Amino acid sequence: MKKSTLVLLKILTWAACLIPAARLAYGAITNHLGADPTRTITFMTGLAALRLLVLSLAITPARQLFPRLSWLIKFRRLLGLFAFFYASLHLFAYVGLYSYFDPHTMVTDILKRRFITVGIAAWLLLVPLAVTSTTGWIRRLGGRRWNQLHKLVYISVCLGLLHYWWQVKTGVLSPLGITLVMAALFAARPLLDWRKRRQSAARAA
Amino acid sequence: MLLRKSTSLDGSDIPSSEITPRADYQRFLQDRRSFLTGAAAAGAGVLGADRLASLLNPEESVHAAGKLQTVPSPLTTHGEQLTSYQDVTTFNNYYEFGVDKSAPAHNAGGLPTRPWSIHVSGLVQKEKTIDIDSILKMHALEDRTYRHRCVEGWSMVIPWVGYSLSEFINQCQPLSTAKYVQFLSYFDKKVDKWWSESNIDWPYSEGLRMDEAMNPLTLLTVGLYGDVLPNQNGAPVRIAVPWKYGFKSAKSIVAIRFVAKQPPTTWNDLAPNEYGFYSNVNPNVDHPRWSQKTERRIGLPFYAQRRDTLMFNGYGTFVASMYQGMDLRRNF
Repeated sequence: MKKSTLVLLKILTWAACLIPAARLAYGAITNHLGADPTRTITFMTGLAALRLLVLSLAITPARQLFPRLSWLIKFRRLLGLFAFFYASLHLFAYVGLYSYFDPHTMVTDILKRRFITVGIAAWLLLVPLAVTSTTGWIRRLGGRRWNQLHKLVYISVCLGLLHYWWQVKTGVLSPLGITLVMAALFAARPLLDWRKRRQSAARAA
Repeated sequence: MLLRKSTSLDGSDIPSSEITPRADYQRFLQDRRSFLTGAAAAGAGVLGADRLASLLNPEESVHAAGKLQTVPSPLTTHGEQLTSYQDVTTFNNYYEFGVDKSAPAHNAGGLPTRPWSIHVSGLVQKEKTIDIDSILKMHALEDRTYRHRCVEGWSMVIPWVGYSLSEFINQCQPLSTAKYVQFLSYFDKKVDKWWSESNIDWPYSEGLRMDEAMNPLTLLTVGLYGDVLPNQNGAPVRIAVPWKYGFKSAKSIVAIRFVAKQPPTTWNDLAPNEYGFYSNVNPNVDHPRWSQKTERRIGLPFYAQRRDTLMFNGYGTFVASMYQGMDLRRNF
């Protein structure tokens, strides 16, 4: 891929990743965030974080399935960091808009409301991943250990989905779509690994 | 709302019961249009006929008639800032029209609110069907502002229009063996196309104990802000039970059944550990997944939204006696 194409694609990805934030900012300025802006802000940032996480996890299977798309790896860090950005906005919205920065409310919530407990856990797991996302850290940790550490993202995304299911009323199926996509991505990994082993075995024979 | 300026000009002095239902009026227009079109076929007046029909635009005529004639009520709630009409009508839980709060305002347009009737059955002297016009005429329509507390933790203050459900129930002549009342909401997969966004067993069903249904606070509701109910708020007739979580107040009611045993109710069936049959607003009994101690008042600036939730949503003086001796933790 030409360098100019890569730069252009990166700019486009940045722009796409900023759409949810831009929509919220525009809505806030024009007073179009609905009857419950607090809820709109919290919901949209949380959804953006989950979607970007899922998208970042789709990159490896996509590369295995279509070797010509191997350049997609150059975008994974960007997606992951934007996911962390929205997850942090989501957390900040909760801390500021819901609990008014009151530590007592927050502690009670974290202990009492299990959807908040798992939500906080999901965010905490993302912190070391965001910190060690730089090339320097990859070098310092070594590829293998870095990879192992970043497997935490699977736990984080599962907790994130659980957080979504526990937050909606029982019986509401809104989280179903993204859960099915994530399930497909989880199932894709062993399937693709198996296919790869079979292919290399066939080549060896 | 008894006195209004120039009522004769905006037509608000016409009792809504005397107003031709929208469906009838549109049928009338259609009939006339086809008649005129037929006549025009003999001559050359097709354009004129169409213009005439559009001059008598049913939308405008019916909208002017939307204002309801109301009287004040001693049971109204004072000292609360009303939630804006915009917020009340665009932030709705009406899952048949989509689970997103803004969805019903977009999707409920197809709800056929005229003709409409409520079928009354079960333990009554005589089963009957009561037409919406009779419902509107049965009793003077009162302005009743109530706090509305959703089980999800948000609240509003809504100026409803209606009268005590007890007035309606008395007309139904229930037998003394009737201990509960069940309310069934309108459901038609062709209209409520968003029904599959939740795994609820439709139609929506709610219920009250007889004494709760007869409590003067329980409002048979036909309007809000002095106007007929918008579809997304449960048109043309719903109930409002202000001391219970919002989902107890069934919308778009098509059937009322008087029964001896506690009837099945939608949310209680779906998650009995989360949504009790009573579902009285109670800050001391948390939802298993969140606290009910506080609530967020919709429409206020975010820093002023959170407030303490009141026992029975602040209506204890009217309703607490009905639950004396009951363990409200077990009967949540």
